[in-house]
Amino acid sequence: MKQITLVAPTGNLGSSFSEESFLSALKRKPDIIACDSGSTDGGPYRLGSGVPYFPRALYKRDLRVILKGAHAHGVPVIIGSAAGAGLNCQVDFLVDVAREIAAEENLAFDVACVYAEQSKEYLTKRLSEGRIRALHPSEELSQDTIDRAANVVGMMGVEPLIEALDRGATLVIAGRSSDTALFAALPIKRGFNPGPAWHAGKILECGAASTVQRLFPDTMVADVDSEGFNIGPMNPAMRCSPLSVAAHTLYENGDPFVMREPSGTLDTTDCAYEPADDRWVRVSGSAFHPADQYTVKLEAAELIGYRSFSISGVRDPMILSDLNLFLGEVRERTYAKVLDTAGVEPDCYRLDFRCYGLDGAMGPLEQEKTIGHEIGLMIEAVAETQDLASIVASYGRYLALHNPVKHWTGMVTNLAVPMSPPVINHGPVYQFSMNHVVIPDSPTEMFRVSEVTI
Amino acid sequence: MAKLGELAQLIRSKNAGPFLLTFDIMFADPKIYQHVKQSKAINAQMIGDIYGVPVEKIHFVEYDPGLAFKATIPRPITSGHVGDGDIYGAQQFGPLVQVEIPGI
Repeated sequence: MKQITLVAPTGNLGSSFSEESFLSALKRKPDIIACDSGSTDGGPYRLGSGVPYFPRALYKRDLRVILKGAHAHGVPVIIGSAAGAGLNCQVDFLVDVAREIAAEENLAFDVACVYAEQSKEYLTKRLSEGRIRALHPSEELSQDTIDRAANVVGMMGVEPLIEALDRGATLVIAGRSSDTALFAALPIKRGFNPGPAWHAGKILECGAASTVQRLFPDTMVADVDSEGFNIGPMNPAMRCSPLSVAAHTLYENGDPFVMREPSGTLDTTDCAYEPADDRWVRVSGSAFHPADQYTVKLEAAELIGYRSFSISGVRDPMILSDLNLFLGEVRERTYAKVLDTAGVEPDCYRLDFRCYGLDGAMGPLEQEKTIGHEIGLMIEAVAETQDLASIVASYGRYLALHNPVKHWTGMVTNLAVPMSPPVINHGPVYQFSMNHVVIPDSPTEMFRVSEVTI
Repeated sequence: MAKLGELAQLIRSKNAGPFLLTFDIMFADPKIYQHVKQSKAINAQMIGDIYGVPVEKIHFVEYDPGLAFKATIPRPITSGHVGDGDIYGAQQFGPLVQVEIPGI
């Protein structure tokens, strides 16, 4: 039976994986190595700022292992959603790291860069044509949102990746991509049944996350054929079970049975999961329903201000006995000081107190009202400029430090401050601003392929 | 009566993208999963009550192949927006651990 072997070194490039596990995977003569490098999961900062998700050394370590192995065994590599958000600069960043590795290790690659950023001109045109739709639970897109965006990417499916492979690339570094498409691209290109190809990709893109107990990030392999696929981890300390693989489509998905991709929907409703051996699982019955309309998901971030914050412990039982009173006073006094010094009204900035040990994680949804013997108090200011955020946070923290406490008479110091300086000017604050799809004329029109040799 | 946290293999929450929050209640034992399923103690309404979401905005799935219940809601605040205390949405499931399941 025709078969194709796909390898995921790990679920997130830079998170590190066992070199031994990866080398075991290479011994199975894989057809392609693919690795996801980005996500919206960690928030909008990578998409807004272009700063890579991990420090450079982490990417270099993982890429070095991957590129040495790929080169030695003649296996093409696809890296997707480069360096956190898949912006053009993040693609170029990874190409730069790869170039450095190639020089140090005496390797050579034909690189295809697949860029995913979208221009405001293009988006404005598509919006005026009625070709941009909102996804649940968002409102329709406004021109204003397009104008305010710092960066916008489209999430590519398999077609631009197939184009890159068709051009002879041995290393594809792609901007924002469907994680699953990174793995489905080669099987689809070679005419494999799309159901098993997409489903295998869905599981592989998370690396060893679908094992019974993932001990650390590590390598996963799937052998895909026309009826289904076999999948398992390379590290002998980990194993997949039919339940762990079936349960994997729960992870980070709204529905475990149907998952939308640019070109259609992966449907696992009729899947069967059986042991292939004591550590691998056989999956059959995966289906892929082509969409009536090809859609490309947009992700965007806009700059909304700058943040300064501090964090301290509060251990005084008297403050904790009426925390709302204490924080209410600090808030009012901070507003007054900021107005006096900077001439700025409170509705022009945000001042938030977050109380860890009370409701730091769940905020207004928290039902538990009892405070223990201490809280962690985060004082956070977000304002139009870094200077103003710093002013607000500095007053807030200083007033909290010495605010009179109802039960005590005399000079008090209310915070256990764990660092000097106590106020951190944290930099720009971005917010996700699009949850929409574009209906393009073709699957590749929004993505540009360019080639370079390293 | 037993608490869900004693019966489940894993209870978790996470983003399904920046705008949706998804909860998984997962079991290892098919008999326990079936008992909980038949009791109807886990349903869209109880999720709505805990998280302040109207039932029609909740996507609730009984996932037999994974021995799991899933509920997906619009995130109360978009991931990473100012005022969001949980960018990954990963620490919102605490109240589910205490839910009582009858008949065990």
